[in-house]
Amino acid sequence: MTTTTEQPTGRHIPDRLRSPLEARLKSWESLLLLVAIAIFVANSFASPYFLDAWSLSDATFNFTEKAMIAFAMALLIISGEIDLSVASIIALASTAMGAAVQVGVGTPGLVLIGLGTGLLCGAFNGVLVTRMGLPSIVVTIGTMSLFRGISYIVLGDQAFRGYPSSFAFFGQGYVWWVISFEFVLFAVLAVIYGVLLHKTNFGRSVYAIGNNATGAMFSGIRVDRVKFILFLLTGLMSGLAAICLTSRLGSTRPSIGFGWELEVVTMVVLGGVSILGGSGTIPGVVIAAFVMGLVTFGLGLLNVPGIVMSIVIGALLIGVIALPRLYAKWKA
Amino acid sequence: MLRFLASREALLLGAIGVLLALIATRFPAFVTPANLMDVFNDTSPLILLAIGQMIVILTKCIDLSVAANLALTGMVVSMINVALPGVPVVVILAVAIGLGTVLGMVNGILVWKLDIPPIVVTLGTMTIFRGIIFLLSDGAWVNSHEMSPAFKAFPRAEVLGLPMLSWIAILAVILFAVVMTRTTLGRAFYAVGGNPHAATYTGIDVGKTQFWAFTISGALAGLTGYLWVSRYAVAYVDIASGFELDVVAACVIGGISIAGGVGSIGGALLGAIFLGVIKNALPVVNISPFWQLAISGSAIIIAVAVNARASRTKGRIILKTAEHAA
Repeated sequence: MTTTTEQPTGRHIPDRLRSPLEARLKSWESLLLLVAIAIFVANSFASPYFLDAWSLSDATFNFTEKAMIAFAMALLIISGEIDLSVASIIALASTAMGAAVQVGVGTPGLVLIGLGTGLLCGAFNGVLVTRMGLPSIVVTIGTMSLFRGISYIVLGDQAFRGYPSSFAFFGQGYVWWVISFEFVLFAVLAVIYGVLLHKTNFGRSVYAIGNNATGAMFSGIRVDRVKFILFLLTGLMSGLAAICLTSRLGSTRPSIGFGWELEVVTMVVLGGVSILGGSGTIPGVVIAAFVMGLVTFGLGLLNVPGIVMSIVIGALLIGVIALPRLYAKWKA
Repeated sequence: MLRFLASREALLLGAIGVLLALIATRFPAFVTPANLMDVFNDTSPLILLAIGQMIVILTKCIDLSVAANLALTGMVVSMINVALPGVPVVVILAVAIGLGTVLGMVNGILVWKLDIPPIVVTLGTMTIFRGIIFLLSDGAWVNSHEMSPAFKAFPRAEVLGLPMLSWIAILAVILFAVVMTRTTLGRAFYAVGGNPHAATYTGIDVGKTQFWAFTISGALAGLTGYLWVSRYAVAYVDIASGFELDVVAACVIGGISIAGGVGSIGGALLGAIFLGVIKNALPVVNISPFWQLAISGSAIIIAVAVNARASRTKGRIILKTAEHAA
């Protein structure tokens, strides 16, 4: 949405490109990894309770659900679109599952309903953006109100409870020792999305669309179809996150996951994905997920209230975009 | 006259008329002048914010921090009022507008000088402003009995039969209608949104114009902050939470193109009134207030779909499929 005004300055063309090793060392991901390590060390000094296997395992719950959405969101943002309705999809999917519980649907049915609601919401966004050619920011601001609004119509000030005990596994179960089911899911999805974005034709076309949608179309990429699939994936991941979160909380209120769209977008941008589209990596998003999880968990150990953490998240979001630009200005 | 009848504003005016007529068939009391004045007064904060948001959207930006700005300014002036009850309302108004302006300038500077996408800037400042309210107030409320009578009386004071709150909205509409159509700054807002490159070549600084748009939006949000807390006689962290979406909705319904460069103060005004009528009619026609969020959401989607259709014919299409992809 911004406009850059080109200044007719002479462009410096280097004699040779940086070596691959140097490029890798100076990449955003390496910088982020350093930040993550620094926060980890700071946390372990700040609180004696931090360096404990169970406590670290608890820390992962701070980001696994958001990171699932962030992977799909990263692809969507790289393609030049955005979905601000993800948190509201969580609310709607969770409400749908809660309503199903009241009529006695079992765990497999609940999972299908959660994923199905997510897919439907994603398809709704996708149709509005790709078929009708509407800007995704406005569409998803609208569906953000609409999806959560439907949850409010269904639930009002009530809550759905009574989830079957087998359903609790998704958010509370452990696969082995301190390794939670959610963390395994997070790791598997990270690999899947990493391969999808970096090793497949589909991934290449996502970058191509983000850099130049018209050019991509002329090189034979079905732009609208790729974007539609990305909206579907984002909806599906939101449905998955809804299953995990609902299972972890054990109840559904219409305010569930409120404000998560901001944290997911922050995670993606912090991971080095350009908000203008065209660049970014999945490893970056994975490290960003750890950074945000460690920051919120560390502050939580220090008894910092949630709303103050949101200041940190907001500042982080602006800071990570502002700092490289300030640096570039200062060097120029 | 014919041009007006074909315009989006006329269409919206017609829609509001139909809506009122429908409500009137079952609840005639809703369309009495006294009640309509109440509805307008109730919609005034939305109108004020929609004017600022409209100017920001004109320049291809978006300001999601308006509600948080409103809440922060409201909290600050309430705390000033509690600490120093003797401070006259004029000073309070100046502080509110001043603080709002500064907060808007923060957004503007980040967009102008660092070229950060406006949606990222204002998503960030939205949470930061809300967090600052918590830090200032420690999560406590400022309640009605702590505020001075003069502080609470101002928006309610009646002048020529209308409350001050309504008058301020009317004055703002007139002022900005003049600014947008009769001043170089107003033209610059349209130019920057319509074609930023052309604007640059005509000597308009795109970033600086966007900065002023955010500044105006911030000033109006600050002003509304005082009016809001004094009218409802309470200030806490979450006041007007989510209100930024209503404001964007009012603009989109009012025909302001999110792509920039298209829109009018009249559109923003009518968009806000449309939402205001719906909001006030819901309890009258006995629909639960929980429906409101879904209704504004649907209104945004329908409005943006209708507007996109209306502007689709603009420009000559040379390569049909290429145009579609772009």
